[in-house]
Amino acid sequence: MTQAASEPHISVSDLTMAYGSFVIQRDLTFEVRRGDIFVIMGGSGCGKSTLLKHMLGLMTPARGDIAYNGQSFVKASDAEREATRRRWGITYQTGGLFSAMTLAENVALPLQLYSGADTGEIEDIVAYKLALVGLAGYQAYYPSEISGGMRKRAALARAIALDPEILFFDEPSAGLDPISSRLLDDLVMEIQDSTGATVVMVSHELASIFNIANNSVYLDAASRTMIDSGDPGYLRDHSKQAVVRQFLTRGSSAGDSGEQTQGQGNER
Amino acid sequence: MSDPHAGFELVHRNDSDALLTLTGDWVRGCDPGDFSAVSSQLHLGTSTHLTANGAALGDWDSTLVAFLLQCANHCREEGIAFDTRDLPAGATKLLALATAVAPHQREPEPTPDWHETLNPLALLKKSGAFLRESLEFTGEVTVALSRLVAGKSNTRLVDFRQFCYEGGPSALGIITLTSVLVGMILAYLGAVQLQQFGAEVYVANLVTIGILREMGVLMTAVVMAGRTGAAYAAQLGTMQTNEEIDAITTMGISPVEFLVIPRLLALVAVMPLLTLYANLLGIVGGGIVAGGMGITPLQYITQAETAIAVNHLMVGLIKSVVYALLIAVAGCRAGMNSGRSSAAVGQAATEAVVTAIVYLIVADAAINIICQQIRF
Repeated sequence: MTQAASEPHISVSDLTMAYGSFVIQRDLTFEVRRGDIFVIMGGSGCGKSTLLKHMLGLMTPARGDIAYNGQSFVKASDAEREATRRRWGITYQTGGLFSAMTLAENVALPLQLYSGADTGEIEDIVAYKLALVGLAGYQAYYPSEISGGMRKRAALARAIALDPEILFFDEPSAGLDPISSRLLDDLVMEIQDSTGATVVMVSHELASIFNIANNSVYLDAASRTMIDSGDPGYLRDHSKQAVVRQFLTRGSSAGDSGEQTQGQGNER
Repeated sequence: MSDPHAGFELVHRNDSDALLTLTGDWVRGCDPGDFSAVSSQLHLGTSTHLTANGAALGDWDSTLVAFLLQCANHCREEGIAFDTRDLPAGATKLLALATAVAPHQREPEPTPDWHETLNPLALLKKSGAFLRESLEFTGEVTVALSRLVAGKSNTRLVDFRQFCYEGGPSALGIITLTSVLVGMILAYLGAVQLQQFGAEVYVANLVTIGILREMGVLMTAVVMAGRTGAAYAAQLGTMQTNEEIDAITTMGISPVEFLVIPRLLALVAVMPLLTLYANLLGIVGGGIVAGGMGITPLQYITQAETAIAVNHLMVGLIKSVVYALLIAVAGCRAGMNSGRSSAAVGQAATEAVVTAIVYLIVADAAINIICQQIRF
């Protein structure tokens, strides 16, 4: 691993997440390196989105810590949190676009608040960001007037408005057709490649995972903890956990580990 | 099939073995009989093995598989082996699919008895939690307001203007209707009583003071609670559902500053104006009824002028500001704390109106008592 020496951008240590007394995942410890495309994987209902919400500070961990650039985010003051958050770009499962604003206003909002740019400059940046995601000319449309795939791309345009250090995606390709989904993946990869941003995404789309990710963590619903982490391509063939190999091969046989994977499938 | 009527028969072949024979067409509406007949018969014997025989089956659809699923579940609970080899292959496969995952056992939630819901302690605890939540929200709003004053807030003027328009001019129609009618009602009530003393002309005093101090502002507030307060709750609740509030929070913006403050300030700005408008129309409404009672417009106006005093006007305006704050806080709190479903948004809107009206009545009583004590 050549990148092992680079400092962790995000480190999650000993994190336990719970709704009241109901524990969702416990003892999560992993690191995301600067420039990684990191995927949070796992079956439905295992707590992927919940983990993302914890990383975003929308939920408070029952135990453990999440640190950005070595600074604890859980213990940070509100002002420190806001400062950290301004270096992020986030797209939500449903897009999270402001329905009362046009696409241009959506993308312009973070710029107006934090960039200090004047109106004309902001207009230019908005036009550029929308063009980047293939929505040039859609400035005056409201989110309800465009398709789901376009909404996701518009959300991406807003997320990259301030050239963030970290991009978070909650199921970017959920509900998209294979072509749109592939286009969105390519877009994420190109943006990551050209800006060097760290990308964290929740996904269970295998195509996306293998296309773009170079690091991952697998959350297991049954044991309620992470059971493996690393490069998904490597995990597919070499994970010690049959469930992980099965997940990454859609439960079908893959190379020499095929028989075991099948066996696991029948047991369950 | 010779007999198309769907049916079944359970025969105990020996001590441990039972045979369930299924006959006829098992299609929707065929009424094959109740499953309990099988379970009760199985109970009589000591069977450890149940074989289903479908050789005499005609057509079948989900009716058959639903019946078989009941058999399979019952057998599993009683520890009886259920043999489905002789059934149609499709039905066996579907049954295997349906039984592949064991039924989920939901942990029993403690369902409160009816007398539990009347338990004053539980009720007190519930309203205590509600009060705390409301106070917390009020605190957040206060902090956001102080940041606004300090010029550090993320509140946008565009939003404020938009909400002013939505809350103000577009409410004029309904406020016109309600305040004219309330003025007429007051005049009518008063006139009938005052006529007994031949003091009809004092209807003008009654209407003017009643409208200025009480009814003008209260009716405006009730209309605004139903119109604007509920709209605020629904807007914010929908934003919660659409992850818009999450997006705002993670953009490093305080949702209270960004969403609540413009709404609150807009309502505080338009309520006194709407109240003035409602006051004027209420007095006009009273005049219409007074005219019908033989009081000339000049008499009515002269008499009303004697009744108008700064303190009456001020009481109404102070109330309008207080009510605006209460309606906005009730509406925005309900919206911000709404759940993430369409049902929850509806609930939030209802809660906004109900709490706002309760707040209004309580605040009205409190302000009246204070005014009486300080003779204002």
